[in-house]
Amino acid sequence: MIKNISNLGDAALYCDFGSEVNKEINSKVIRYFKSIQKENIDGINNLTPSYNKLIISFDLRKKNFQTIKKLIENLNITNDDELETNRIKIPVCCDENFSLDIKRLEEKLQITRDKIYEKFFGKEFFCYMTGFIAGMPFLGDLENELQAKRLETPRVKVPKGSVGLTEQFANVYTFESPGGWNIIGNTPQVIFDSTNENNPNLINPGDVVTFEQITKEQYYNNNE
Amino acid sequence: MNKNYFEIKRAGINTTFQDQGRGNLYHIGIPFSGAMDNRNFQISNKLVGNEVNFPIIEFAYQGPLLKYFGENINFAITGDVKFIIRKKNDNIEGNCYQSFTLENGDELNIISTNKSVYGYLAVSGEFDVNYQWSSCSVNTKANIGANNGKKIEDGQKIYILNINKNLSDKKLNYINTKIENIRVIQGTNFDYFSDEGKKIFFEKEFVISKLSDRMGMRLEGPKIENIVDTNIKSEGLLKGVIQVPADGNPIIMLSDHGTIGGYPKIGVVISADYDKLVQLTPGSKIKFKKVELADAEILFKLYDLETQNLISQI
Repeated sequence: MIKNISNLGDAALYCDFGSEVNKEINSKVIRYFKSIQKENIDGINNLTPSYNKLIISFDLRKKNFQTIKKLIENLNITNDDELETNRIKIPVCCDENFSLDIKRLEEKLQITRDKIYEKFFGKEFFCYMTGFIAGMPFLGDLENELQAKRLETPRVKVPKGSVGLTEQFANVYTFESPGGWNIIGNTPQVIFDSTNENNPNLINPGDVVTFEQITKEQYYNNNE
Repeated sequence: MNKNYFEIKRAGINTTFQDQGRGNLYHIGIPFSGAMDNRNFQISNKLVGNEVNFPIIEFAYQGPLLKYFGENINFAITGDVKFIIRKKNDNIEGNCYQSFTLENGDELNIISTNKSVYGYLAVSGEFDVNYQWSSCSVNTKANIGANNGKKIEDGQKIYILNINKNLSDKKLNYINTKIENIRVIQGTNFDYFSDEGKKIFFEKEFVISKLSDRMGMRLEGPKIENIVDTNIKSEGLLKGVIQVPADGNPIIMLSDHGTIGGYPKIGVVISADYDKLVQLTPGSKIKFKKVELADAEILFKLYDLETQNLISQI
């Protein structure tokens, strides 16, 4: 299932599953990721699944590229039906204080904000990966009509909880962070909780997410 | 209880608690973190009789000014650092790689690092810090680790537990050497760059920019031309990965890097050169030298052996 394994530096395996971005390839990546995680292989430091790659980094004191490569090539990978999927609902408020780029999107996409919300809320999105900043989910796929490029000049500070769109993906800023996604709203929901060490991320790769629109009042009630 | 502490009279520029870092969290977006210069981190602990992976205080450029209250304690500073111990009637100029004793009321003024970035302060006891995922290492971006995931600030108190009663003087003859050539392995997108771009990468000098921190090191120099695509589908990053964004200036990922990135990877700094790399100050000139995987593995074994040797000499 892995098309090619090469080395990324001297302490990591770069597993290539293909060049396209789609659910099928990504599910393979996630299946490998979960299977390797279960094996608890001594010397493996980190696993980073993404759209179509899996990077496995290891402690060069204990292992090297060849030994880990052999281990990975000989692994039994979990079947499709064993892959766990959680369904998660994320409340989002689109009050004008939160929907920072809705006007830009109306102009770029040539549709009204109501149409944008109609096409966004209630739809199911698949979590391809989490990361960049802690807990940030990369969710897809947006309909063609909602696909816009990043801001020409990224914001220095995107507020925590911002829900953003870019190309075929949606995401949630789990912290205040620099960023260039088109912000359409904000969620009061905690997406990343560092005090919950066993399960800090609300959304994990393979999960299915639906966004639900809430009013400003509901937003602030949820925040208390 | 908790009667031994430092009062922070000046925090310094980027002073944080660090240890060996935390693994197995890249998939949720949390980088490894940990002491930037692993060798100097471990040596500092050994000089005060600790296990090598105890929490220490890492500082960059200007260090902290600390006033100590409590029973006698030993400390050691590693790196290339200028510091003074202010006693009641005396100022003592400090030396790196040597333990000193602090008495109640003494002040330790860590003035600055010399032509290097990071220094390490270890004490013969345990800093009273909280751990997340088995590490105290502070990641200020996600506010993870000791001190609520924040830098150490002016006026705060840092408590020390379980002071080792047996204070013995320790010393190591060691000088931090500098390197100008950083050895790299070709990256997974090496062929995204023009022949001229590849040549520039391995032959020309680059200057380290001021926009460098624990997350990354930005370089300036001749532009590296991309002939395929200036973006890739976002994928995992590692410390030492060299990305080249559209502007043609390389960025090297360091210990607090974002876990995912979308710029082509031209190379990866070998593990053996990472500790030396992070100590290079803005304005320093560096050159990249190409090595193969098998050589990088041997070079790391040698570097690690050398570190273990230094530690065993203490």
